[in-house]
Amino acid sequence: MVQLSTARLDASFAALSDPTRRGVLEKLGRADASISELADKFHMTLTGMKKHVGVLEQAGLVTTQKVGRVRTCKLGRSRLAEETAWIEEYRRLWDSRFDALDQIVEELKQRETFGGRKQTE
Amino acid sequence: MDASRRSDPAAGKARTTLERTSERELVVKRTVDGPARIVFEAWSKPELFQRWWAPKSFRVSLISFEADIRTGGSYRLLMGHPSSEQPMAFFGRYIEVTPPSRLVWTNDEGGEGGAVTTVTFEERDGATRVVVHELYFSKEALDDAMASGSTSGWGEQFEQLDDLIVVLDAKV
Repeated sequence: MVQLSTARLDASFAALSDPTRRGVLEKLGRADASISELADKFHMTLTGMKKHVGVLEQAGLVTTQKVGRVRTCKLGRSRLAEETAWIEEYRRLWDSRFDALDQIVEELKQRETFGGRKQTE
Repeated sequence: MDASRRSDPAAGKARTTLERTSERELVVKRTVDGPARIVFEAWSKPELFQRWWAPKSFRVSLISFEADIRTGGSYRLLMGHPSSEQPMAFFGRYIEVTPPSRLVWTNDEGGEGGAVTTVTFEERDGATRVVVHELYFSKEALDDAMASGSTSGWGEQFEQLDDLIVVLDAKV
């Protein structure tokens, strides 16, 4: 009954559902590359490749860094960043659960106060 | 200068904390405004539990929850998500149910070596400190859960996705 990271899963699905993006990930797995290099390799425009890389970034599968005029892409995120992001998302899930639990508890308390006869333990 | 959140009305709503307390443990803490008896009831009556377990904001729907919430009992939970046609099943056993203080269950949907969840309820001044403790089988089990984005199996339909991510990670 433990956590479901729906946002992460949605983004990952979108990222991996495209063959070009899968190819980009495979290439970055061997070496970092600039967006221009990737565009060349996959025979598409810079704009087209930027869109693909954007989707991969959203999913956390690729990080990019601009140095001068060159934007370099690399695979994945550091383990610590992964973990931190995961923990925060899981915390948010539990936060939402407890918010909903708060309402149920309020309801039960009201019921006891105004319910008339005391319930037998 | 940090006034306790309960005594400072301007502090905002109650906060949930989550920490990885060891290489294979996660701990969630929150104070709920109600006696332990009532808070425990909301966790241990299936018809109440299913009203808060799957928050709407996470786009997960709770399809069904069948449970015999007693020591030695078992549960089966079905959840749905828009990205999946198949519902996801979660199931396990209750190792201990001691009202109003302690609830312990297993998470068996991922096969052997699933996490064990222990929830404790401690009352003070009419409010209940709830601590949820998740003990994973190993450091690797918890690391894997974090890397794949979910803490337990989503079912076979997602295994391919996980495999692909693992293969790509290994190439780094």
